Amino acid sequence: MNIVVLVKQVPDSGAERTLSASDNTVERGSASNVINEMDEYAIEEALKIKEAHGGEVTVLTMGPAGATDSIRKALSMGPDKAVHISDDALHGSCAVATSKVLATALGTLNADLVLCGAESTDGRVQVMPHMIAERLGIAALTGARKLTVDGSQLTAERQTDEGYEVVTAATPAVVSVWDTINEPRYPSFKGIMAAKKKPVQTLSLGDLGIAADEVGAAGATSAVLEFAQRPPRSAGAKVIDEGEGGVQLVQFLATEKFV
Amino acid sequence: MAEVLVVVEAGVKKVTLEMLTIARGLGEVSAVVFGEAETGKLGEYGAQKIYHAQGEEVDGYLVAPKATAVAELVKRVQPAAVLLASSQEGKEIAARLAVKLDNGLLTDAVEVAADGTATQVVFAGATIVKSKVTRGLPIVTIRPNSVTPSPAPATPAVEPLTVAATEADKLTKVVERVAEQKGSRPELTEASIVVSGGRGVGNADNFKLVEEVADLLGGAVGASRAAVDSGYYPHQFQVGQTGKTVSPQLYVALGISGAIQHRAGMQTSKTIVAVNKDPEAPIFELADYGVVGDLFKIVPQAAEEIRKRK
Ligand SMILES: Cc1cc2nc3c(=O)[nH]c(=O)nc-3n(C[C@H](O)[C@H](O)[C@H](O)COP(=O)(O)OP(=O)(O)OC[C@H]3O[C@@H](n4cnc5c(N)ncnc54)[C@H](O)[C@@H]3O)c2cc1C
Ligand SMILES: Nc1ncnc2c1ncn2[C@@H]1O[C@H](COP(=O)(O)O)[C@@H](O)[C@H]1O
Repeated sequence: MNIVVLVKQVPDSGAERTLSASDNTVERGSASNVINEMDEYAIEEALKIKEAHGGEVTVLTMGPAGATDSIRKALSMGPDKAVHISDDALHGSCAVATSKVLATALGTLNADLVLCGAESTDGRVQVMPHMIAERLGIAALTGARKLTVDGSQLTAERQTDEGYEVVTAATPAVVSVWDTINEPRYPSFKGIMAAKKKPVQTLSLGDLGIAADEVGAAGATSAVLEFAQRPPRSAGAKVIDEGEGGVQLVQFLATEKFV
Repeated sequence: MAEVLVVVEAGVKKVTLEMLTIARGLGEVSAVVFGEAETGKLGEYGAQKIYHAQGEEVDGYLVAPKATAVAELVKRVQPAAVLLASSQEGKEIAARLAVKLDNGLLTDAVEVAADGTATQVVFAGATIVKSKVTRGLPIVTIRPNSVTPSPAPATPAVEPLTVAATEADKLTKVVERVAEQKGSRPELTEASIVVSGGRGVGNADNFKLVEEVADLLGGAVGASRAAVDSGYYPHQFQVGQTGKTVSPQLYVALGISGAIQHRAGMQTSKTIVAVNKDPEAPIFELADYGVVGDLFKIVPQAAEEIRKRK
């Protein structure tokens, strides 16, 4: 099976994150950047499918030059190769334009299965898998917590607020995964060494036949007008339990009219 | 005045009433309902019109036919805006709609101004952003618990909506829907009170304590990722960066340290209280009221006290 995993580099959610004061885009230059956590689960799932059914795993990333760090890290887990779409004109792209770029690249990769994270931690928009499926006219099975591959038949269990749904489709398809689906492997030393030699193909917008004004700030379908830090919450009263802590807690809740 | 389409999920959730309330500031409100429709409730909150779609095309497949139906409707009625819930389904319909119409979209808005400018809270609740769709009409998903729903009674006209699903829309079939322990608790993202437990709760059995307090307060139960990963509580109740975002009136954190990724899902809560035995736990930095001590002593005592006061 020919599998492409979508991997996005994002600012570390454990560190300070901000928008850039100059153009209101996500600050990616100064932030410490990592692989979007959910995408590690997508990589793991791809590797498991390859191990069971054979095939090839390609990592596909759209991101600035610095995203190579995350691509090498992804490759060190085990994928065979990577494609990195990098072009200065992409800076400031909206989700709609990003989906156009990724779908165009996918169109040249002939994937049976596109695996991706259910959402990225920077935007948390959760839209990319359906946008790509819509553009490619292929099936989308999103938010999978379990995926079964039987020949060309895919079955996914997807979490809902009420419980779960079982959805099915035939390949080619896009499948997005949550962190409940597996436990991503740690790269081995051998894997890290091997990753350095794996092929990473870099594509520009020109290579994809996309005009610069269709993407980036020029082609954006939405714009951030302004942003501000929310005032940080301040700590309120803190009492040490000396036997009446539970009662004191309820007294507070009562003054706030919760009981 | 132009119509504003509000895409309603089955069952009319609280966020639906919030969307109807917001939509009234943008135009004449039309609800788009897939599946069973609670016409009365939609009218009570200002829907002038209801587009109602049902049948196999709606129930048998994953979101794609719904997006096709909404896109056709947009082309036909030229609405001023489309509002959807910031749920998985709402975002997925919005995603396909944006591509079909080559139109911008904004997710997780807590407010939409009359000119379509949306307010979003991003980066773990640390940053407030104002943004606007600059191509096409505003397609905006609304985060639950953003506004207080206010009634504005109307008598909606109901118009059937045909769903002309394409072959591509039917590629993903829903073969089974399984409801798990729903019970009587409010839904996590919509609850006005959320009581969450963390690793400090110790094991799955002890989560009964968390549930007891939640039930006494009429709230929902949440959990930290550590609690979920340890198997204390199911994943759909996880609050935080990789779980649900909640914004209740009251958030109670029991045995939760308050890591930045947990805060990401709860720090816009109105009032936060915490019980933790570690006086240095970061959760106390944002708690309006904190009790330092053993939750196994404090929580049962609190439960008893609430019972006494009832
Ligand atoms: C990319 C990424 C995404 C993440 N997403 C999420 C997310 O969505 N949600 C989330 O919650 N976390 C998330 N995390 C994990 C997060 O960093 C923390 O590890 C997690 O929130 C810790 O959960 P906890 O507070 O329950 O556990 P701990 O940090 O272990 O804290 C347990 C607390 O309980 C207290 N305690 C123990 N026993 C008692 C007792 N008897 N009485 C009173 N107090 C007691 C301890 O003092 C301690 O403060 C994410 C991490 C990463 C890297
Ligand atoms: N620029 C990108 N490059 C590669 N994959 C991406 C990119 N943006 C989003 N994705 C993928 O789409 C998933 C969902 O992202 P999102 O819709 O942005 O929340 C992510 O987990 C990634 O797998």
